[in-house]
Amino acid sequence: MNMKWDNHGMKTPLARARGLGASHAAVPGWIRLRVTAIGIAVLSLWFLWFLSQTIGASHAEFTTKLADPRNAICMLLLIIAAFSHAVLGNREIVEDYIHHEGFKIFKLIGTYLFFFAVAVACGFSVLKIAL
Amino acid sequence: MSQSASTKTQRPLSPHLQVYKPQMTSVLSILHRMTGVGLTVGLMLFAWWLISAAIGPGAYAVFMNFAGSPVGMLLLFGFTLAFFYHLANGIRHLFWDSGLLFKIENAYKAGYAVLLFTALMTGATWYCVLNKGPYASPPVTATLAAAAVEGETP
Repeated sequence: MNMKWDNHGMKTPLARARGLGASHAAVPGWIRLRVTAIGIAVLSLWFLWFLSQTIGASHAEFTTKLADPRNAICMLLLIIAAFSHAVLGNREIVEDYIHHEGFKIFKLIGTYLFFFAVAVACGFSVLKIAL
Repeated sequence: MSQSASTKTQRPLSPHLQVYKPQMTSVLSILHRMTGVGLTVGLMLFAWWLISAAIGPGAYAVFMNFAGSPVGMLLLFGFTLAFFYHLANGIRHLFWDSGLLFKIENAYKAGYAVLLFTALMTGATWYCVLNKGPYASPPVTATLAAAAVEGETP
């Protein structure tokens, strides 16, 4: 089997180097990690304010505050950004440190499914409280 | 994999943390990943918080009891610390991504700024939590201040 970096006549150095990183296809993930990071950084300002308003609140007070559309929307955005960021960050670490291909794929699929499930549960909870 | 026998020796694969002397830059980088993993654990607390609120007052009370317990408070303190560190260092990373702060002294300065921000914000947050939050009956710092005043004027 030929390795990707084997020298085939016309290939440029860039073409030979492409896809050799730990993930084999990194650029979209790299960008998504940064975009979600910026989203979280902005939303964290709202989140700190929201916590300051609801810390120690009773269940009724908390759900009333969260049911405000402005808060519910920000919370949903934060859930999407935070869980995407967690999945992408986890992926980066797994690809760097786990070198057994089978276990790597198993771990990545497992974390995708787990984080997706928890994110859906969080999103549904916010909608149930807000609607 | 078509590797010849001579290249099959077990070499450490990148990134091999154990062969370098710890430096500010490398330690902060490793901390960034460690806090990132820690924050995903914190995300599970976050999920518990929201889901319990959706289930009802009983489930919410169970979560709030846990959050107020010593273990819960320790986890939340760690979450706060990791959150502010990862936030500040993440912004430091975004500067690097845009080609800034690459000079070694600037990387160090930004590193110290990250540590200072983390300490100040974590301290400020917990000062507010302990004075205003569910753990504040009576407010801890107010109690301490009252005790100090009593000590001065016996």
